Amino acid sequence: MPGADPVFTARQVTKVYDMGEVQVHALRGVDLDLAEGEFVALLGPSGSGKSTLLNILGGLDVPTSGHVVYHGRDLTEAGEAELTAYRRHHVGFVFQFYNLIPSLTASENVALVTEIALEPMEPEEALRLVDLGARLDHFPAQLSGGEQQRVAIARAIAKRPAVLLCDEPTGALDIATGIVVLEALERVNRELGTATAIITHNAAISAMADRVVRLADGRIAGVETNASRRAARELVW
Amino acid sequence: MKGQAAAIAAVIGSGVTMFVTYHSNFDSLRRTQAAYYDRYRFADVFASAKRAPLHLEGRIAAIPGVARVELRVVADVTLDVPGHAEPATGRLISVPAPGRPRLNDLFLRRGRWIEPGRPDEILASEAFALTHGLGPGDQLAAIINGRKRWLTIVGLALSPEYVYVIPPGELIPDDRRFGIFWMERRALASAFDMEGGFNDVALKLMPGASEAEVMARLDALLAPYGALGAQPRRLQMSHWTLDNELLQLRQFGILVPAIFLGIAAFLLNVAMTRTLAVQRPQIAALKALGYTNGEIGWHYVEWAMLIALLGALFGTGLGAWLGEGMIDLYNQYFRFPLLLYRLSGGVALAGFGISLAAGALGASFAVRRAVRIPPAEAMRDEPPARYRRSVVERAWLRGLSSATRMVLRNLERHPLRAAFSVLGIAFAVGILLFGFVFIDAMEHLAEMQFSFAQRQDVTVTFVEPRSSRASDELLALPGVLRVEPMRSVPVRIRFRHRSRRLALTGCPAAPELSRIVDLEGRAVTLPPEGLVASKVLAEALGARPGDRLTVEVLTGARPVREVLLARLVEDAMGISAYMEAGALHRLLREGGSLSGAHLLVDGSRLDDLYRRLKSLPAVAGVSVTAAALASFRRIMAQNFEIITAFNVAFAGVIAFGVVYNTARVSLSERSRELASLRVLGFTIGEISLILLGELALLTVLAIAPGLVIGWALAEWVLLALQSEVYRIPLVLTGQKMAWSALTIIAASAVSGLLVRRKLDHLDLVAVLKTRE
Repeated sequence: MPGADPVFTARQVTKVYDMGEVQVHALRGVDLDLAEGEFVALLGPSGSGKSTLLNILGGLDVPTSGHVVYHGRDLTEAGEAELTAYRRHHVGFVFQFYNLIPSLTASENVALVTEIALEPMEPEEALRLVDLGARLDHFPAQLSGGEQQRVAIARAIAKRPAVLLCDEPTGALDIATGIVVLEALERVNRELGTATAIITHNAAISAMADRVVRLADGRIAGVETNASRRAARELVW
Repeated sequence: MKGQAAAIAAVIGSGVTMFVTYHSNFDSLRRTQAAYYDRYRFADVFASAKRAPLHLEGRIAAIPGVARVELRVVADVTLDVPGHAEPATGRLISVPAPGRPRLNDLFLRRGRWIEPGRPDEILASEAFALTHGLGPGDQLAAIINGRKRWLTIVGLALSPEYVYVIPPGELIPDDRRFGIFWMERRALASAFDMEGGFNDVALKLMPGASEAEVMARLDALLAPYGALGAQPRRLQMSHWTLDNELLQLRQFGILVPAIFLGIAAFLLNVAMTRTLAVQRPQIAALKALGYTNGEIGWHYVEWAMLIALLGALFGTGLGAWLGEGMIDLYNQYFRFPLLLYRLSGGVALAGFGISLAAGALGASFAVRRAVRIPPAEAMRDEPPARYRRSVVERAWLRGLSSATRMVLRNLERHPLRAAFSVLGIAFAVGILLFGFVFIDAMEHLAEMQFSFAQRQDVTVTFVEPRSSRASDELLALPGVLRVEPMRSVPVRIRFRHRSRRLALTGCPAAPELSRIVDLEGRAVTLPPEGLVASKVLAEALGARPGDRLTVEVLTGARPVREVLLARLVEDAMGISAYMEAGALHRLLREGGSLSGAHLLVDGSRLDDLYRRLKSLPAVAGVSVTAAALASFRRIMAQNFEIITAFNVAFAGVIAFGVVYNTARVSLSERSRELASLRVLGFTIGEISLILLGELALLTVLAIAPGLVIGWALAEWVLLALQSEVYRIPLVLTGQKMAWSALTIIAASAVSGLLVRRKLDHLDLVAVLKTRE
């Protein structure tokens, strides 16, 4: 069960993109907390601001106004070097298109992170967690899409991050493969207690979350707490 | 693409610059030479004798194939130039007055021709006069046949025979200490007891005449009069030097641009291949719309041609500018009435032609490959890159970091591209080293000549060989500490059907002042019997130690003797031969006579000595080692500073071009990976290392082959330059190798860092949102 201490506290976060003549308001004052060990689904149509919010939480972007506090540290006041260190030691990312390094094998892709992290697990251990213990020495081109995404998850969790941020992790996968990937995320959340935020526009996935945050037009349109989480294996879409 | 296009255009431009510079100079020099020779009737055959009667003229003119004959009196004298302490040497050549020489006519730059019946009037070579600030109306003193005579310069002149002038027995020009002077025939003849005679002859041949035949007959005619053997024009010193320079210009004009344009074609190929990969979907769309392969391909080839055109424009402009500068440099050493720079349309056009050809060549391979893919296939993503563990990892290094592995595997994925990049950078190292080799070689030559071989302060040569008493007389001169006698005799050495004419030098078995030194600086001791020949002479004759050579002495009783070739010496002096003085005297059947001597002098009394030497009738020439060294250094410094500057610039362009392009292409291919690493928490410094590590590795790999290329280029060029006149030793110092490597490393670093700055602006989010 998620703990009471918030990992993140986002307050009145806005993000305005200057696109030449027009200004695009991606976020219009978002308040959000993410508790330790919590599994949150961010649901919304494209353009609702969910990716922008995730990027700001992950230190890839800075808000135009408002504050994001991570374990008592205000990320909005952090510089480039501090944000890099934050990503390096505290955040794990999983993207729709895996973003593995094609010239490195599965275990080497994970080792890339473990070589620079503070208290990492062994690459083999991370890959076993996502059921890829048998494919350590395969290059990305030799793995299926689902396998590649699980390598990406292993790479994201090998540093034992406090938070795992996933942007449409099953977006490029079919149902069966997507479920295997979600199972991996579920297991990481359960066994390591990593707070997990997952972006999806697939409402079915939200059933496996503790909480579902709906975004629309840069605002939080609603928050639902699931009384019980459904196992990834049982999801259907 | 702008930066890459500029870098490639710069490499092409450098190649065209070199092409235009070398070929326009070749063109200008050759045209000027041809016009000068033609208008001023430069002779085809030259010969000298001790003293031959003028009535031989008819018989010489009757030799089949001879068109014109010019008989002259030529004599070297010691000069006393006002305001110049050291004695200088002047070569006096007879000319008719009134009238003009039938051959080797003079171009009168200033003043007037000599008036008949004025034995004190001379024309001075322009170079000597300008160096000493002399002009028409000025006077200088010459020791003519024992008497000091004041001569008045009435005009400054140039001769096709002396376009390039070096003092006798030396390696490089020195207009301060050696000049050419022309004097009325009668006056010169009477001064040297040549009335009714001559000691020098020049011939113009009819078209199609056999040079060898004419020379043989001329030698036969002159033999009773102390003939020193006829020489064809191609061995005439000034002409030989000029021709050698022309040959070099043409060779460099092909070799150097070929290197640059080859590298440019490679860079263009890599850049185009990458651009086409990025634009693969657009190409597919165009093809789907019905564009032909030719139309699409031409679009990209045009783009390459534009770069080539840019390079050609820039190169032609810079080449014309440099070419003009080079002509100015030539004007300092080659004396023509008018050597103008001329960039012919042909050369300019050829420059454009070769750069467009390089552009087309570089682009066409990449373009042909890209447009051939069927549209449906091109619209799909490129198949994922296949990687494997690199050879290095498999072989030795297992504990490499992931970043290092990325670098190694990326290089191995395009082995050919990596190899060509290494080769390109290696050429940059090579070109640089090649330039330095010349400096080192000249330094070495100077060191050998002036520190090891010529340890005398002054060398005196006599008008006629003198008895051994002359040695004591020299020792009695002011400041002279030691005298080392020297005997030099003109000979023709034969071995089987080959022969060479040269001065055979006799000296002590182990001379202490003027030593015979090989290229390693080791002094050679002469054997009591037999002859020591330079390796170049032995090669020219096809003789080996132990062979018996025929030595024809060309003076006195002209004895012909068999002499053992005792050993060889590999020195820098071209063809030369030495014998122990006693052995030479026995060969000549004479007592201990000497042709001159090397002197060790108390430095504080040099001026006194010079003053005395200038007035000694027996002295024909005085050469001062320190002055020769100074002029050597002056000329080397002048030339090599310029050459080095350009070498560094052009090698830098290559290194920069190759590294910058490699970096840009690898940034384009790798930006997604690098952005992913940034997201994972890698710092900009860390991802820079991955990008630059690849370049650093390429650069480091290029250094050893680059040094080999530089060495091979130098070896090739020095071999081509090696002649019977001199031989430049190939010297490679660690210092110059280090400088070549470091310069290229610096150029690589600069271009790498320029590209690295782009990493600061990687858009992490955008990269991650898209599929490659």
